[in-house]
Amino acid sequence: MSHHIIDFNELYYTYPDGKPAVNGVSCRIRHGESVGIVGANGAGKSTLLMLLVGILLPTKGEIRVSEIPVTKKTLPVIRQRIGLAFQNPDDQLFMTTVYDDVAFGPRNYRLTEPEVEKRVMRALETVGIEHLKDRAPYKLSGGEKRAAAIAAVLSMDPDILVIDEPTAALDPKSRRRLLNLLKGFTHTKLIATHDLDLVLEICDRTIVIKEGRIASDNSPLKTLADAALMEQCGLEIPLTLQNCPVCGSPPRR
Amino acid sequence: MSNITDSIYKMRFLDETADKRTPVHDLHPLSKLLVTIAYVTVVVSYGKYDVSKLLPLVFYPVVILFSAEIPLLPLLKRTLAVMPLVIGIGVFNPVFDRETIAVIFGLPISGGWISFISLLLKCVLTVLSALLLVATTGMERISFALRMLFVPRIFVMQLMLTYRFISVLLEEAANIWNSYTLRAPRQKGISHQVWGPLLGQMLMRTYDRAQRVYQAMVLRGFNGEYNTGSAKQLLLKDFLYLASWVAFFAAARHYNIPLFIGSILTGVGK
Amino acid sequence: MHMADALISPAVGGTMWAATVGITAYSIKKIQDDDLSDKMIPLMGVMGAFVFAAQMINFSIPGTGSSGHLGGGLLLSALLGPYAGFLTMASILLIQALFFADGGLLAYGCNVFNLGFYTCFIAYPLIYKRFMRKGYAPARIFWASLIAAIIGLQLGAFSVVLETMFSGKTELPFGTFVALMQPIHLAIGIVEGLATAAVVGFVWKARPEIMEGHAQAAGAVSIKKVITGLAVAAIIIGGVFSWFASTHPDGLEWSMFKTAGTEELEAPEGIYQTMSDIQGKTAFLPDYNFKATENNIEKTNAAESETEEASWPAVSSGTSLAGLAGGILTLALAAATGFFINMLKKRKNAAGIA
Repeated sequence: MSHHIIDFNELYYTYPDGKPAVNGVSCRIRHGESVGIVGANGAGKSTLLMLLVGILLPTKGEIRVSEIPVTKKTLPVIRQRIGLAFQNPDDQLFMTTVYDDVAFGPRNYRLTEPEVEKRVMRALETVGIEHLKDRAPYKLSGGEKRAAAIAAVLSMDPDILVIDEPTAALDPKSRRRLLNLLKGFTHTKLIATHDLDLVLEICDRTIVIKEGRIASDNSPLKTLADAALMEQCGLEIPLTLQNCPVCGSPPRR
Repeated sequence: MSNITDSIYKMRFLDETADKRTPVHDLHPLSKLLVTIAYVTVVVSYGKYDVSKLLPLVFYPVVILFSAEIPLLPLLKRTLAVMPLVIGIGVFNPVFDRETIAVIFGLPISGGWISFISLLLKCVLTVLSALLLVATTGMERISFALRMLFVPRIFVMQLMLTYRFISVLLEEAANIWNSYTLRAPRQKGISHQVWGPLLGQMLMRTYDRAQRVYQAMVLRGFNGEYNTGSAKQLLLKDFLYLASWVAFFAAARHYNIPLFIGSILTGVGK
Repeated sequence: MHMADALISPAVGGTMWAATVGITAYSIKKIQDDDLSDKMIPLMGVMGAFVFAAQMINFSIPGTGSSGHLGGGLLLSALLGPYAGFLTMASILLIQALFFADGGLLAYGCNVFNLGFYTCFIAYPLIYKRFMRKGYAPARIFWASLIAAIIGLQLGAFSVVLETMFSGKTELPFGTFVALMQPIHLAIGIVEGLATAAVVGFVWKARPEIMEGHAQAAGAVSIKKVITGLAVAAIIIGGVFSWFASTHPDGLEWSMFKTAGTEELEAPEGIYQTMSDIQGKTAFLPDYNFKATENNIEKTNAAESETEEASWPAVSSGTSLAGLAGGILTLALAAATGFFINMLKKRKNAAGIA
């Protein structure tokens, strides 16, 4: 695979009801980067992701993925390269079994059935749920659903993984499992999340969004330890960077 | 609300029984679907005074029930639950049809009673067979059989989506109901003042969810065509299963087997 | 309101299946033609699940102490347009038939027709849509939903009566049956109408684009198309009717329903008399003649093979007893088979564990 770079050029998006959501975002995501996108509720994180995969098209500016502009025409190519895992896995797991759901994408790209099976099994193995392949989605736990939704994206063989709020509503163990999983991926990753500890742990770059603009773009440690910035953007210094609540000693880093 | 949790439980129960591995479960869904349709058609084709002649058809649910290891009681309960309409309509038969058409141990039985019993029996048998189809096959394999019967993709696809999201939305409905009743004790249902907001909000959320589902599908290359996996082959056993049941149904329909057995037993009839 | 399998004859079931298949095929074609199919599929699927769940929520009905719930047919067509609404209704009914035994497989055609066709293709375009021609307004939404729901349900209920009567499964005189069914469904229709009005009214205020979202698609539904739809259904029903009828020289008569699937013809004289009396009283197709049809069926209806033996040849204590004894033995055999299979299974399982 060639190097894939995502370029946001002066991106604007205003919702049909007139509410501006993205107000001039420009940045470049390089091959293999793991980028955490953080910001308060309604800051424009999800909108940005929607724009990236062409669910929404920008009112102004453009996005280029490996030099291909995201337009109506290029959507099939773009969407094959970028895999988006939704915030709520129930929206994404729409088939009646896990296997069929993971196979949905490959089948739409008209792969042969043996090839589909190979891809599905590989994706399920990657996320460690091959034993759940014949289950109905409603029988899965929250963590399993999340894993299945990620497998459904992986089976498309994307170069870039975009994940919206991966750890929402997960218990600590499932969250840990997911974190380890994400760490293992070599894909370029864009993760929109409120889980700042996750960003600290698996991202090497953090973009803070505030009112549709980039408020900061730096290494996670520098960004998340900046109390003033965090306060300004409706965030908080992650627990792992705060002083110990019992003895008051600073964190080990 | 017990009604909602009940429905969730009912669907899951059938789903779980459909996951079992027994010889019946392993049969091709198409074969089972066709047998069920044949069975239901034969059962309702019996005359309204046929009771004894209908009885051999009891074998079908009994055999399936036991060979597929399906618990009897939950299915029977559900069967009884749908009887009221049939009872409501059938109960008038004894009132309007008083002609004696059978005498048992010197007791005259009117046509109305016979036809009422026959109606109830038919109801139990048809309902049981439909439930047994789901309990041994499951929704996705039934959908698969529908595709083989040339039911259009659009229909099968949206059928499966409805089925998939029923459990999600039933849970949502249960949450709404619970949060309402917790704050409005001693109400029989939801007050008419909030009919609109309550269901309306749920509807709007559902609408948005449908949009997200659509996006999730489009992101994975969906363009209106739903591609199923490779077809499961119909094997010899599937044909045999279909043929032997249909032969049995035809025989039971054609000859009054119980009357024949009874005639030999009692030495009358001829 | 769901018809049960036990209440219909194969001929009626088959006919209604054919009609339903016809309307379904037409609706699918319309959706594909409008090139909305890819967007419509998830919307139909998820909305179907919504209606299913919404039916579970009980509303208290003011002033009565009782409660009712939403039916959904009208709401679906108001949201998705008649074609998608009809298809969605069809899949809800299929799931209800399979999982909840609400209406059976053979009666499925009847149920889709009774609950889907009248609301989506009569009540919606002819009543609801007419009210809304001048745009949405609270009062219009209220009356449109109420009247459309009532009429849709009345037609459906009347359909249930006809289907049951044609199937010959009830001894209820036609008039009595109608007098029982229609008022009950008037009450249900009012509740359905009020609930639909409340939901539509709310959604229209909060998110008008949802209610008007399908306006382009729905706008295409003209009276002409409804009539075309009706004609298609009529042609299908007529076609199937005449196919059945062709086996009977009498032609298209009520009697052929009685003979195609059931065999009260084999019953003794007294029954014919009673039936004829009821027939005479209800004056529904008075030229109905059991004797004549009996003769015809002897000649023609070999396929049904009912003439080959008589199940209750005469009022004879002996045959009745034989029937009873044989019946009990059959049931005992069935039960024994069950136990036998069960035993085999257990032994096999035990062997498996050991």
